[in-house]
Amino acid sequence: MGEKPIGRRVALGVIGAGLTGIVFGSHVQDAMERILGPITARDGTGLSSLFPVGRFRIYSVVGRLPHRSEAEYRLHVGGAVRTPLTLTMADLRAFPPLRLTKDFQCVTGWRVHDVKWTGVRLSDVLDRAGLDEETAGGVVFRSFDGAYTETLTLAQARRDDVMVAYELEGKPLSSAHGGPARLYVGPMYGYKSCKWLEAIDVARGTPAPGYWEVRGYDVDGWVGRSNGRDDPAV
Amino acid sequence: MAVTTRPSDALDEGRVARFDRVERMLHWTTAAMFGVLMFTGAVLYVGSLSALVGRRELVRVVHVWTGLLLPIPLIIALVGPWRRALGDDVRRLNRWDDDDRRWMRSLGRDPFARPAKFNAGQKLNAAFVAGAAVVMLATGSVMHWFARFPDDWRTGATFVHDWTAIGLFVAITGHVGKALADPVALRGMIRGWVPAWWARANRPRWVQEPDVRADEG
Repeated sequence: MGEKPIGRRVALGVIGAGLTGIVFGSHVQDAMERILGPITARDGTGLSSLFPVGRFRIYSVVGRLPHRSEAEYRLHVGGAVRTPLTLTMADLRAFPPLRLTKDFQCVTGWRVHDVKWTGVRLSDVLDRAGLDEETAGGVVFRSFDGAYTETLTLAQARRDDVMVAYELEGKPLSSAHGGPARLYVGPMYGYKSCKWLEAIDVARGTPAPGYWEVRGYDVDGWVGRSNGRDDPAV
Repeated sequence: MAVTTRPSDALDEGRVARFDRVERMLHWTTAAMFGVLMFTGAVLYVGSLSALVGRRELVRVVHVWTGLLLPIPLIIALVGPWRRALGDDVRRLNRWDDDDRRWMRSLGRDPFARPAKFNAGQKLNAAFVAGAAVVMLATGSVMHWFARFPDDWRTGATFVHDWTAIGLFVAITGHVGKALADPVALRGMIRGWVPAWWARANRPRWVQEPDVRADEG
């Protein structure tokens, strides 16, 4: 009859390919992005965005996608500052713009290469408000989703690759991506980059940890050097 | 392949037992869990659905726990003395003979490729889904307990999890589509038996197996 255990071979083949993919998949993904990137960029249907090549995942911790129009949008800066501020989108755009092109890396694994951000350096905003150096111990970021918070140390907040971003790939930041304005912390995992940014509170003393930090993530979320690892960033 | 004219009920002389109660319970609990996994997975993955449903933490917890529990019904079905029919069917699904290869080459159109209890398409689907489920469990574990793994592995695991999910979506959609296209076969998984005329027409070598008898009643 020539009976063969093909079923077992197929199943083991699928498992073998999958486990190999854990180790080498990031290289395959990079290659696919180089090949498919130009094609998906021209795809008008948006269908190609369903394929796992160089795409953002839209994370929201609340039961809806928070939305605020650019006209309604206000960014409050308060706490241990000399001059509390309420900034409109026009105010944000009046700051000297900062442009950064960096990979966006989620702590769970997905990564989008060479994302172009435009915004204003966070340190410029903090300088405008003027920190109360005596008491300021950290910075708290609040989202207008009503639930999400994030924190940075003062030194982290003053880095040149930390910004309040209002453009992604040259276009105004959409609600899905955290618009009209969000925090973008270049050297850290995505969860540090608080979306739908509504308030920047300079804390007196060390601030309480943010949303995911309470749920086990590292407060200092350096890419490649936190959340269980100490190897260099990739 | 399938018979085009159904014999009248007068000629419908018997039933053939196809799946026992254990197999059917295993099938439908696993199917329900796959449904939950596919829905929550889609919510976590498709941006517009994520935006619509939100509550990422809740959806994530449901997805992870359903995934971790997925093997439990199978394990329960395999450990007890009730495993005989399931074990026999796993063996049937594993082994491919010349008719299966012939069936696969012609994609079921060759009338001389006579299936036994399962045709080669069912065997391939079973093997792929079994392997893919293990891959999803492994890659999902890397994504969930990410702190133990380097960034490159997390990215690789996400990549494999996403593509395997697309493969599973295609396989399961095909499986459900095939079942809906052949309601007699589908009722075999609901009631546990198929009419003898269906078995003779669609699974001719199955009814010839020594311990498979049409219950002439």
